[in-house]
Amino acid sequence: MRQSNTYIIVFSAILTVILGGLLSLAAVGLGPTQKKAVELDTRRQILSAVIELKDGDDVLSIYNERIKSLVVNIDGDVVKKTESGGPIIAENVNIAKEFTKAPENRLYPVFTLKNANDTSIIDAYILPLYGSGLWDNIWGFIALEPDLTTIRGAKFDHAGETPGLGARITEIEVQGRFKGKKITDDLGELISVKMLKGENNDSGKLDDYHVDGMSGATITSNGVNNMLENYLKYYQSYLNKISDDGTVASLNK
Amino acid sequence: MSTETLEKPVQTAPAEPLLSKRRKKFLTDPLNDDNPITVQVLGICSALAVTAQLEPTFVMAIAVVVVATFANLIISSLRNLIPNRVRIIVQLAIVASLVILVDQVLKAYLYDVSKVVGVYVGLIITNCIIMGRLEAFAMGNKPYDAVLDGLGSGFGYAWIILAVAFFRELFGSGALFGFKVFEAIGLENFPTNGLMVTPVGAFIVLGFIIWVQRAKTGYVEN
Repeated sequence: MRQSNTYIIVFSAILTVILGGLLSLAAVGLGPTQKKAVELDTRRQILSAVIELKDGDDVLSIYNERIKSLVVNIDGDVVKKTESGGPIIAENVNIAKEFTKAPENRLYPVFTLKNANDTSIIDAYILPLYGSGLWDNIWGFIALEPDLTTIRGAKFDHAGETPGLGARITEIEVQGRFKGKKITDDLGELISVKMLKGENNDSGKLDDYHVDGMSGATITSNGVNNMLENYLKYYQSYLNKISDDGTVASLNK
Repeated sequence: MSTETLEKPVQTAPAEPLLSKRRKKFLTDPLNDDNPITVQVLGICSALAVTAQLEPTFVMAIAVVVVATFANLIISSLRNLIPNRVRIIVQLAIVASLVILVDQVLKAYLYDVSKVVGVYVGLIITNCIIMGRLEAFAMGNKPYDAVLDGLGSGFGYAWIILAVAFFRELFGSGALFGFKVFEAIGLENFPTNGLMVTPVGAFIVLGFIIWVQRAKTGYVEN
């Protein structure tokens, strides 16, 4: 009886229903907690591009206090509503999903860091980045000083770069190399910052627009370079707008 | 004469103690003499991949123990119901469901760690240790014994990857569980070994562990 086709089919069907039900129950039950964990992680990443977070810091309250967010399009205009009329929240814009659209159709969130004492002063602009590494996607945030050219901090993450090689883009030390570099020349033309090939390059090569590379991870470095250059280009019209308006330091007034 | 025809009370075998000698072997054999990684050489890929640091390794170890134990328990309870012709796919479905559950729980409560081990947790499904124990043990033994066997195999896997991770993090990053050990004892400039961070380092450490173990137990491959 245990070997008959009917028994096998019935057994498999029951097993499938039980396991399927169990998994959907778990997915529904844990969904809200997972969503919260992802939101917290996004905020932590945004903040850690500009502030050194310690263990035990209340990320959410710091975030709510210091960060003001908006969404712009490729032309640098602020977008507040979706095509269907719903509100757009910068934190909920899925950069990975936007990345699959054509650049001119994407939404570009901007996170501004307010001064701790005077909230009308903006201390930094944090821009999300997304691109391709060697094995999988890479992403991150770049923080610009209010002069809109000096890099205040960078934060990178990856889906599947090689541990010890490309995955080093998540190391604080590697990210710190971008600090103080410049993305535009004196006339305001975009140059972007490039990671060099190889590590321990001559300090002569490490000018305002170049940082030391990661040995054995040239393709990941190139991915970072392309990602930075592309996204800085996409944000260019917005950055030009705010610097032309002279509202750089007082956007929220 | 009459005594011979008297009914004798039915002799029942005394219940086996919960941890009899035979059962203890299920628990202790995989720890050393029959270790899944160093002797059976199973589950090597995840042993290389997740062991760069102790914290993700620890989570991975717990995940494998949980999956191995519960998979053994479920399969062993169902062993008389599972049709022989589809037993592998039944085992696979149950292991996969358990792994997805573990993965979901990690994503909800240990998001940082799950970002690191997420890929490998999914690959527990293909971890030969688990399917191997199901097919070799759980299909033919009672649930309690199967649980002990699952725990034994799980811990046998766990202690090896934790040992590998200990040396890899110590020499590769100079830290243990992220705590900078060498800085704490005043050796600020202790050179870290980049090789230990890469999977190659795991091969080397694992090789040493196997060497030491076989030197002690005298195990020889035939």
